[in-house]
Amino acid sequence: MAQRRDAAIVGIHEYPLRVDGSVSALQIKAECAARSLEDAGLSWQDVDAVYDTGGDQGISGLAIAEYFGLKPRLIDTTYVGGSSFEFHANHALSMIAAGKCNVALLTYGATAHSDRRAIGTAGATSAGPATFVNNMEDPWGLTLIGNYAMVKNRHMHQYGTTNEQFAHISVATRRHAMRNPEAVKAMTDLQFVGVREITVSDVLESRLIAYPLHLLECCMVSDGGGAVVIASPEVARNARKKPVWIIGTGEATKYRENGGDITVSAGARAAKPAFGEAGVTPAEIDVLMAYDSFSITVMCLIEDLGFCAKGEGGAYVSEGHLGFDDPRKPALNTDGGGLSSNHPGQRGIFLLIEAARQLRGESTSQVNDAKLAVAVGNGGQLGSRHATAVTILAAD
Amino acid sequence: MAAARPQPRFPELDTQPFWDATKRRELMYQTCDGCHAVIFYPRRHCPECGGRDTAWHVSRGEGTVYTFSVIMQSRHPAFADLGAYAVAYVDLDEGFRLMSNIVGVADPVQDVKCGMRVRLRWEDQGADAVALPMFEPA
Repeated sequence: MAQRRDAAIVGIHEYPLRVDGSVSALQIKAECAARSLEDAGLSWQDVDAVYDTGGDQGISGLAIAEYFGLKPRLIDTTYVGGSSFEFHANHALSMIAAGKCNVALLTYGATAHSDRRAIGTAGATSAGPATFVNNMEDPWGLTLIGNYAMVKNRHMHQYGTTNEQFAHISVATRRHAMRNPEAVKAMTDLQFVGVREITVSDVLESRLIAYPLHLLECCMVSDGGGAVVIASPEVARNARKKPVWIIGTGEATKYRENGGDITVSAGARAAKPAFGEAGVTPAEIDVLMAYDSFSITVMCLIEDLGFCAKGEGGAYVSEGHLGFDDPRKPALNTDGGGLSSNHPGQRGIFLLIEAARQLRGESTSQVNDAKLAVAVGNGGQLGSRHATAVTILAAD
Repeated sequence: MAAARPQPRFPELDTQPFWDATKRRELMYQTCDGCHAVIFYPRRHCPECGGRDTAWHVSRGEGTVYTFSVIMQSRHPAFADLGAYAVAYVDLDEGFRLMSNIVGVADPVQDVKCGMRVRLRWEDQGADAVALPMFEPA
């Protein structure tokens, strides 16, 4: 069966700074929108579909389209946390294939660092009306990092996965970050202790934020944003750069469940339709852009997407798969990830952007002859309610 | 003195019966009359089958730690000065999974384990207030 060629990423832009007190989230979005259209060789008025979460600003999709000055025939504000952008890309493919739009603009911007938002350690905010979630979870003092730490702890208990094995994820990602000048500037501007490659010992000796998660297993809190333009084959053929085709998609949700296995993410259900549609297997993938809010997120996604068997991720990440120049594929998070390059709160758009760079041959840690990439976003919180989306991409 | 913990807030119709029962020191959960699923978090319908006929039961308050984290850093005013404390999912023997704290241990990193047996210990929050169901080693 032929792989579908119904829609392609034709324009990308990642806001270069991670600390910038001079711009708002909306301004970041508008700037990234313009630069991504420029990258595609398209104009502002070519856009006929707007995908944006509203995000942290709580601004409706309608107001965002108004702010941009666009008159789209389609607005999609699906908001499921950091994976929203994979949901958006997947939706854009469907809508373009159905003839409902031709040029979809996906935007993201946030100023989490400059706002001094303690995303991982703030605990309950008790804002807004009471909900069943607030009432059942707020009294216990769980932090966002603690939520993921509970998954890591269970993974270690259930499969014997070690802290050393988890640390390899941080080590490989930092190595890629050190090759990416924007990531190096990010870590410098955010005043990381030691902007350099790190070792397994560095990770294990960094302080525990929420046992058993160490500081160097946790993503940064930055400013930033990005934009992606997805277009129909007719538009893609005339774009400035080589199109990057979306060939398979899948989405799923998961919640706290009575008797459920917390180590299995929604990715387990999102992956099968995506790989099935693409007609490829995990073994064929060159680049894996996996949402690295924390080391445990990557561990679960690697297993649940089928890059190794469930519970064997510890051995897998320790055996030299992750580097851009490792003989075994796929390379992991070649931009430096949320751990070491960019995480303003919702990282999903950067997974698409770096995957597209790889398939165009533009990465700072370029995988030789990269043909296939997977972007897998995980939004919400892994230890409770979360949404995972898989977007499989192919070079032209 | 540290700020008060975040308390359940009302009106919130799905979880109100659960919290009202804590004033009687009863830990309650539901089952579905139609498909017999154990329902938790509390709600008016069964999330397995959509049925509206559910029954409330009082748990014996005995269970197993499914997983936990020891929070070392919280910026929330109620927890910032608490020191390391354990937040866990506890699997009650009746088949529901509750988020809670493990208390009554000297060093939560050393003393709490996945799979350890625990029992209910009520944590009073003041007169006429809800009580928080916490757990200690059995």
